[in-house]
Amino acid sequence: MIEVFLEWRFLTIAPCDAAEPWQLGSQDAATPIMQGIIDLHHDIFFFLILIFVFVSRMLVRALWHFHEQKNPIPQRIVHGTTIEIIRTIFPSIIPMFIAIPSFALLYSMDEVVVDPAITIKAIGHQWYRSYEYSDYNSSDEQSLTFDSYTIPEDDPELGQSRLLEVDNRVVVPAKTHLRMIVTPADVPHSWAVPSSGVKCDAVPGRSNQTSILVQREGVYYGQCSEIRGTNHAFTIVVEAVPLKDYGSRVSNQFILQTN
Amino acid sequence: MAEIELKTAPADFRFPTTNQTRHCFTRYIEYHKCLNAKGEDAAECQKFARYYRSLCPVEWVERWNEQRENGTFPGPL
Repeated sequence: MIEVFLEWRFLTIAPCDAAEPWQLGSQDAATPIMQGIIDLHHDIFFFLILIFVFVSRMLVRALWHFHEQKNPIPQRIVHGTTIEIIRTIFPSIIPMFIAIPSFALLYSMDEVVVDPAITIKAIGHQWYRSYEYSDYNSSDEQSLTFDSYTIPEDDPELGQSRLLEVDNRVVVPAKTHLRMIVTPADVPHSWAVPSSGVKCDAVPGRSNQTSILVQREGVYYGQCSEIRGTNHAFTIVVEAVPLKDYGSRVSNQFILQTN
Repeated sequence: MAEIELKTAPADFRFPTTNQTRHCFTRYIEYHKCLNAKGEDAAECQKFARYYRSLCPVEWVERWNEQRENGTFPGPL
């Protein structure tokens, strides 16, 4: 039993940027936003443990002392100014200590501080996703567009994760400011990559923007968080490549398409 | 063709929110207003075309182009 647990918990071949069995914590951060989310989680956990220990102590103490044989006559305190002040002030200060870093993070996620270098459009369809790279177009017809299908359950290759791999990954440059435009063509979708700290709903008729700065090269796995309709495509794979390789990757795809 | 210039529509202070639907629509209208004002092949309008192509899904642009041809485009041109 213990071996099985250890195997689950520690000995799996962990793809760092994908979900793993029995995972308890977050995936490794790939963007400053995700780092911020993890840090906020730890900040809040400090207060959580503080309150948990204090409340548990009070409960256990109360249960221990209110005992009909050991302590037949309970204390009859009805008022105490000091305790009243302390138990009013502290619970109102603690949410402030949680709220300040929380709002700072929330607004920094929204903010587009610098002009993005690349715009990538993620268009959700019920059974696949398509991605459009249209920064280099010179007409409305010509566009680098490709579809990204989930590899079906019965034919992943060795080493590929089940229902987590796609045929065409989204190639993005690392260490570059990206603008993701997220919109669906039919059913609602949600474009979510946990290690990038991104979750952006796709609502028909509306285009949402989210910005990413991937700090290290790698392959990041995500899943749709809005499963609508049968056989809804939910797999998202982002591949971050060095900036110098990005140009050739994109133009290769572009040449393949135009020919 | 290995060298690609990394350039896209800049962040616009008129559209600071997550919702960028109007950003795309406005850029599309700006391009066509520019063409109407400065003639069909004015070079200074091309930047608006690049912006709206970056921001708008291809499907939307196709639909709007169609509507303009039929004279049913809902925006001010």
